[in-house]
Amino acid sequence: MLEINNLEAGIDNKEILKGLCLKINPGEVHAIMGPNGSGKSTLSNILSGKKGYEIKGDVKFENSNLLDLEIEERAHKGIFLAFQYPLEIPGVNTNNFLKTSLNAVKKAKGEKELDAIEFLKLVKEKSAQLKFDQNILSRQLNVGFSGGEKKKNEILQMSILNPKLSILDETDSGLDIDALKIVSDGVNSLRNTNNSFLIITHYQRLLNYIKPDFVHVLKDGKIIKTGNFELALELEKQGYESL
Amino acid sequence: MRDKQIEDLKEYKYGFTTDIENIRAPKGLNEEVIKFISKIKKEPDWMLDWRLKAFERLKNLKEPNWQKPKYPKINYQDLYYYSAPKSASDKPKSLDELDPKLLETYQKLGIPLQEQKRLNGIAVDAVFDSVSVATTFKDKLTEKGIIFCSMSEAIQKHPELVKKYLGSVIPVTDHYFATLNSAVFTDGSFVYIPEGVRCPMELSTYFRINASETGQFERTLIIADKGSYVSYLEGCTAPMRDENQLHAANVELVALDDAEIKYSTVQNWYPGDKDGKGGIYNFVTKRGLCKGVNSKISWTQVETGSAITWKYPSCILQGDNSVGEFYSIAITNNHQKADTGTKMIHIGKNTKSKIISKGISAGYADNTYRGLVDIFPKAKNARNFTQCDSLLMGNKCGAHTVPYIKNRNSDSNIEHEATTSKISEEQLYYCQQRGLNSEEAVGLIVNGFCKEVLQQLPMEFAVEAQKLVGISLEGSVG
Ligand SMILES: Nc1ncnc2c1ncn2[C@@H]1O[C@H](COP(=O)(O)OP(=O)(O)OP(=O)(O)O)[C@@H](O)[C@H]1O
Ligand SMILES: [Mg+2]
Repeated sequence: MLEINNLEAGIDNKEILKGLCLKINPGEVHAIMGPNGSGKSTLSNILSGKKGYEIKGDVKFENSNLLDLEIEERAHKGIFLAFQYPLEIPGVNTNNFLKTSLNAVKKAKGEKELDAIEFLKLVKEKSAQLKFDQNILSRQLNVGFSGGEKKKNEILQMSILNPKLSILDETDSGLDIDALKIVSDGVNSLRNTNNSFLIITHYQRLLNYIKPDFVHVLKDGKIIKTGNFELALELEKQGYESL
Repeated sequence: MRDKQIEDLKEYKYGFTTDIENIRAPKGLNEEVIKFISKIKKEPDWMLDWRLKAFERLKNLKEPNWQKPKYPKINYQDLYYYSAPKSASDKPKSLDELDPKLLETYQKLGIPLQEQKRLNGIAVDAVFDSVSVATTFKDKLTEKGIIFCSMSEAIQKHPELVKKYLGSVIPVTDHYFATLNSAVFTDGSFVYIPEGVRCPMELSTYFRINASETGQFERTLIIADKGSYVSYLEGCTAPMRDENQLHAANVELVALDDAEIKYSTVQNWYPGDKDGKGGIYNFVTKRGLCKGVNSKISWTQVETGSAITWKYPSCILQGDNSVGEFYSIAITNNHQKADTGTKMIHIGKNTKSKIISKGISAGYADNTYRGLVDIFPKAKNARNFTQCDSLLMGNKCGAHTVPYIKNRNSDSNIEHEATTSKISEEQLYYCQQRGLNSEEAVGLIVNGFCKEVLQQLPMEFAVEAQKLVGISLEGSVG
């Protein structure tokens, strides 16, 4: 599904990624761990198409050359990024944003757009699953949301869009124990043989709930070690210095 | 070439001209032309005298030039002051008698009169160049005693009302453009809502400049008698032309005791091309008088068009407890310029005013909010709240806020808030990551920014205005 070869990326003359390789097959869950500033968010930004980086290397997503696509085209193809810091957009109703987003994706895929009633039904169902307070959805997008609410809102959007590749950038940071469980349930319910996940986290705790197929360590712009769930446990005990 | 045309059309979809025969006054501004206008409209003598008095006065007035957007000198002798579709000069009695070409034009504008009539329950008065062409829904309004007709008709049929109120809010001698309008105004809408009547539908006027080298000087007068209510909508478009065309309208509102007038404008005159060539000079005087106690006047404007927009819809809060509101969205893109805002003149006790202004600037455009809150010594317990927000896109445009406050009463309360922000790359990225393209993303963010104002518009208009907000900013993100 996703194949990254020798990815190098920098910004303002600072090299961040220095020859990163990663392959994700349909249905797999990959976790990426690594010290602060090692380039994890940079990787997710580059995959989702954020502008401003100098990039070398190539990235294949399904049959297309990912790096040639616009941000929204990647979204249409099924790439979703749950932001480490979701943005506030004043005056924009959250429900309306979700609907606009879903219909933009549907339209691009040539599917029928949902009308208000169909959409509300879907939102109701998904937010019930995630125990997400529906009242929040009538508020302005992320404005005044607590840290945890913002993260849960990202997961709600993910479950509504049902993407092929979901990238979660530290979605677990700042979540209370219950919320962590709910977010994990959200991910697990989307898990199937087609959908893949790239989960960036600092804590092995999340991986107790979402069992990854692979755990990678990103350090100095490269993946320096790959293992399974055991690796996360090991890192938890010994830190990154020993690697 | 064809592609270019298509692209142009996409940019300003109202930029077509209609090929109909016009009757025109000779070029130039002089007594003869004023007499011509008055005669062709079969006006009574008092009206002609009124115009001539204004013209006399005009000779001693100078064009103001304190505004921020400067423009080349207008040669007033080189304009046509009256241009009317030939077929309308014998005014049709019903829609069926209208020139089919005119009807077609209105359809292109998205105002099929017939349809509007049936579906929307909005009564429409359409002003094409200089004359008012059709007023729909007459019967239903007449039943309630509501008068909604062209200004010309009102001068003939309701002279006592016109005499009493015309120029009572904007004096003939007010300032250059208002006085010019008083001398040469051609048509416009007239509304009278009788005591205690709540107007059962939105009243609406569409203005369109079609002929070239023509100024449009319409005059609107709305009177809400005691305890009445009316909501009035105004929309405007013009064809694309290389020349600048002058639009200098006067709008006067009078609200008596306990009456309320809501006046909404969606102004989408031709803004000129990408390089700032052509476009309308929109120099309009709009003023409302809250004459009675507990009266209320609310202006809502969405200004997206025109090369230069220069207007300050204002409220004179004369009656005790009267309320004035001004909600404004001014969008300027490419080389457009806007200098707009309001004046809230607090004269009566316990008068309240609220100003919400949203200025959006993109490209090389320049956007100024200019406002005056004036509290008279006797306006005990007057209150004002002002909020001016500016949004900038790119770094070649400008936004300015010029609030004047004259407070002559110690127990009044004035609050002023102002912000300037930019659409952040991060916000755009976030929206695009969720599948919106960059223009949709800008549209969404800007609509969010304008929400408090858009909410004030009647439903049908709000949807239209939201789209317009998006369209006006097309091409403003790289
Ligand atoms: N716009 C920028 N200009 C300069 N340096 C940048 C910029 N963006 C990111 N960096 C640097 O690139 C490095 C990688 O940043 P990135 O956000 O990808 O780290 P991360 O692995 O996600 O860290 P964390 O775990 O703290 O979230 C950091 O040293 C950061 O300071
Ligand atoms: Mg990060």
